[in-house]
Amino acid sequence: MKRDWIPLLLIPVLAAAALPLVGSPASWVTLTVAGLAMGMMIFVMASGLTLTFGLMDVLNFGHGAFIAVGAFVAATVMLALGPWMQADSLWLNLAAFLPAILAAMAVSGGLGLAFERVIVRPVYGQHLRQILVTTGGLIVAEQLLKVVWGPDQITLARPTALRGALLFGDIAIEKYRLLAVIVGLIVFAALALTLNRTRIGLLIRAGVENGEMVEALGYRIRRLFVGVFAVGSALAGLGGAMWGLYQETVTAAIGGQVIVLVFIVIIIGGLGSVGGCFVGALLVGLTANYIGFLAPKVALGSNILLMALILLWRPQGLYPVAKR
Amino acid sequence: MLRALLSDDLPRSRWLAVVLLVILVGLAAAPFLFPGAKSLNVAAKICVFIVLAASFDLLLGYTGIVSFAHTMFFGIGAYGVAIALTRLGAGWDSVALGVLGGLAVAVVLAVLIGLFSLRLRTIFFAMITLAVASAVLILASQLSDITGGEDGLNYRLPMALRASFRPFEGITGRILDYYLVFLVSLALVLVLLRMVNSPFGSVLMAIRENPFRAEAIGYRTVVYRTLASCIAAATAALAGALLALWSSQTNPDTTLSFDIMVDILLMVVIGGMGTMYGAVIGAVLLVLAQNYLQALVGDRWLLWLGVAFILCVYFFPTGIVGRLRRR
Repeated sequence: MKRDWIPLLLIPVLAAAALPLVGSPASWVTLTVAGLAMGMMIFVMASGLTLTFGLMDVLNFGHGAFIAVGAFVAATVMLALGPWMQADSLWLNLAAFLPAILAAMAVSGGLGLAFERVIVRPVYGQHLRQILVTTGGLIVAEQLLKVVWGPDQITLARPTALRGALLFGDIAIEKYRLLAVIVGLIVFAALALTLNRTRIGLLIRAGVENGEMVEALGYRIRRLFVGVFAVGSALAGLGGAMWGLYQETVTAAIGGQVIVLVFIVIIIGGLGSVGGCFVGALLVGLTANYIGFLAPKVALGSNILLMALILLWRPQGLYPVAKR
Repeated sequence: MLRALLSDDLPRSRWLAVVLLVILVGLAAAPFLFPGAKSLNVAAKICVFIVLAASFDLLLGYTGIVSFAHTMFFGIGAYGVAIALTRLGAGWDSVALGVLGGLAVAVVLAVLIGLFSLRLRTIFFAMITLAVASAVLILASQLSDITGGEDGLNYRLPMALRASFRPFEGITGRILDYYLVFLVSLALVLVLLRMVNSPFGSVLMAIRENPFRAEAIGYRTVVYRTLASCIAAATAALAGALLALWSSQTNPDTTLSFDIMVDILLMVVIGGMGTMYGAVIGAVLLVLAQNYLQALVGDRWLLWLGVAFILCVYFFPTGIVGRLRRR
């Protein structure tokens, strides 16, 4: 299959175009890293959503709930392990950070399983009811979050080792953003490897292209889908935890705030395409940071504009999935 | 006469007729049946939300498309009147200008969004409206020179609508204002009822049931869907203008926020999708619940409504009205 490189080229083109506008190279590097970090976090949250859509034609408007749950669970674990978080040792910090992230993923993934069983399963193949029911699920989940964690926002301090910035001359790069970029790359690599190099990945890709044929060959695509849904929810939890730590506050509204960006990203990428989602997320993150620096008042509008431009160019998104 | 007024879409159930009649009489005589500033405020809110929910039902229930930008149009209408009254002084000419301006912006935006996303799938439309609406919400709170930012705008209403205006004994400007809201709302609901029972409405329902078939018969589904979304947007903008004329203040929380979007969804689905009467009943129930039930059930009433919403979508897709009509 011939690779389509043009969308991928958009990222360096966008970054290069922003350089003269921003002016100073030092702030350009800072903004670029911030944009990449934001893009990576959005990618982590959006990848599961786009896969479930591609595989089973299910778009989960309640995806934001998993993001919020991840953020809350991670915050709770980190607050419980407070002394380790504040200790001046990288290992103790990690000993608090990793369990928090894992707990967030586990709880979100488990919740995803329950959500699939209770909310989504009865409405396969009916888009209107899907949108309604998953939105209803989001309403209920947001209220439950308030019941469990209270209506107030939780303030969260980053672990000592992740505070501050690395300095290269007059270029400052926040450590946490570097970590976000690394985590995003790991998730992307893991997803790409799973999808392209394993048997399950082969089945998932085949299911995205032509689900009926995969079923006819004797594979239970439903079961596969449940797995993908759970993994997607767990990734949303991971993204939510990272996002909460990035913002240093966690509120019940976090899901609603991020889900808009997530939707823009998967529309830009082409519904169902993980690669498109990755490129789209980086584009959105970079645009948001450049425009936020150049003209802060229109930052969110810029994402809509980006989406409109890309849809004018490719109405199905950057990497349209074949059957749609 | 009644048949013509209701466009031949009678309640078709004794209980539904009774409920609707109670609502109509209650709203028509609200200033005298339920005196007091709070209950009059609730009655006016009910009128406004009936129009808003009914126009949303035109999209969701009749055309089968989900828009998350309905409050955006509502807010545009409200801000149109609010900005005109703030800038141009408290006269009827600025009200007219504000209403027309709001309508124009709402319809143009609806056409743009429709052309962009309605030729694709409904799910695209849902996501894109969500994105645009959130951008407008942020824009409204950022552009504080025009919209007053988070605080919104406070302005003076035209003389005849102020509380201090007393043309007769016992009749204040607020009561006149209420009747303005009530009569315009009633007219708008009847117009919407006329529309969904016209040939145009039948085409919309055909599109909802089977878009391919509707296209094959020769109806341009994109055109009809875009038209429906424009009409819904214009009606929502008028509802917003009514709210602005009633409350003499407009801010993002009361006109643009997603909480209101959630409320409208709950109203239409619980009341009954695909019937205008469902929107009416849903709006009455929800506004009453918000204002009076909160004290009884506590803070988490939205939780129970959310559960009711999900159960409705699964088991009673036609909502309360569907249940009432079945007996």
